[in-house]
Amino acid sequence: MSVNKEDFRPVIVAFCCNWCSYAGADLAGSSRLAYPADVKIIRVPCSCRVNPMFILRAFEKGADGVILCGCHPGDCHYSTGNYYARRRMTMLFSMLDFIGVENGRTRVEWVSAAEGVKFSETMNSFVEKIRSLGPNVRLGDIRCKN
Amino acid sequence: MQELIIRAKELLECGEVARVLGWRKGEHVYDPEPAFFQSADALENFVYNGFCGANLSKYMIEASKLEGKTLVFLKPCDTYSFNQLLAEHRIDREKAYIIGVGCKGKLKIENIGADGILDIEGADYPDCGEELNVKTLYGDVKVAYKDAMLERCHVCKGKEHRIFDEKIGESVDTLDAERFAEVERIEKMSPEEKFAYFQAELSKCIRCNACRNVCPACSCRKCVFDSTKFDSAQKANATTFEEKMFHIIRAFHVAGRCTDCGECSRVCPQGIPLHLFNRKFIKDMNELYGDYQAGVDVDAKAPLVCFSQEDAEPGALTERG
Repeated sequence: MSVNKEDFRPVIVAFCCNWCSYAGADLAGSSRLAYPADVKIIRVPCSCRVNPMFILRAFEKGADGVILCGCHPGDCHYSTGNYYARRRMTMLFSMLDFIGVENGRTRVEWVSAAEGVKFSETMNSFVEKIRSLGPNVRLGDIRCKN
Repeated sequence: MQELIIRAKELLECGEVARVLGWRKGEHVYDPEPAFFQSADALENFVYNGFCGANLSKYMIEASKLEGKTLVFLKPCDTYSFNQLLAEHRIDREKAYIIGVGCKGKLKIENIGADGILDIEGADYPDCGEELNVKTLYGDVKVAYKDAMLERCHVCKGKEHRIFDEKIGESVDTLDAERFAEVERIEKMSPEEKFAYFQAELSKCIRCNACRNVCPACSCRKCVFDSTKFDSAQKANATTFEEKMFHIIRAFHVAGRCTDCGECSRVCPQGIPLHLFNRKFIKDMNELYGDYQAGVDVDAKAPLVCFSQEDAEPGALTERG
């Protein structure tokens, strides 16, 4: 199944923390800032709640890109959650890069509740990046493909 | 070897220890296996030679639940794992009497076979030296000792015991390779090459769980891989990602706690270089969060359970390389 690059609609999973980034996405929506509908937001209590397994599973089930959004370092609702998430994700993404998953498919971005504009810009640029990389054929579950 | 047996008998007889944890003769010279010896008589099957690569520290988890002390023989690199298990409160220091044994590099019979030597029947009980005498159906063959050594011995962490009650035996330095050379070689590849490399290596995986079972860091009472609901519980070749997922998860679970003992690669029946995953994590953590060697200091904090406000952003590693 070959897809034209222009027609390709990626599946993007965005993990957003409840306190900053999810509110940022809300602000983007209420400010009528557009971002592609390809982004599927999953709300998590904190960026630290994201088990590396979630990211692997998202890829396995057919995601073309995964982005994790959390509060800016220092602003975590739980004080230190995003610091742990930062180390964890650095390691995981580096490992994914090591086994041959293009590093553009993974991203961590800090978005506060006041940054609706940043949220929309981040999502636009991330979707653009994934479109240029094309479908993710390396990590998908072949049972889910037709 | 006789020295070890004599000392073990002494300790058993005086009642200092209730049992001995060591290596027992296997079917062939080259496959000694870890074993508990309950009596002085049983020690006649005790063996310690170049093929005793097995790390005994994980067996101390079970031994810590038993009555009385256990005499355990640890090679220098095994003491790192022992320390790490102590830090994780999985073993009881009071239940162990540690004899640090000397190590002159450990051998792997597959490495001899890889040289094109067929029908190996045995090898001399080697301890060290330049050459190893291998007995085959077609007569004896000489192999350089270094060529038959385990990968981990080429990148030896040093011959210093990190924890012991007494030491017996001499060690010989075997370090002759760059620890991260192979990881760096793979890092330089393009994504396509990297993927092809790991696809070729990991598709050999038969999901036997030997790497999980032997790993001293994989000591959870309940393991995610034992769940029947877990995707990689069965070996069904349904996805291109299953093996990679299994091995990434395993490496991630031990990241920061792995002492790089290399047991995973030693026991893999398919010869997959599993230590590369662990070593990649170690390399990244050393570069970003400062040098850290698990098992050196029982009180040290592992890199993934602490943080600093100045940590690098996740993009830093991949953008640089």
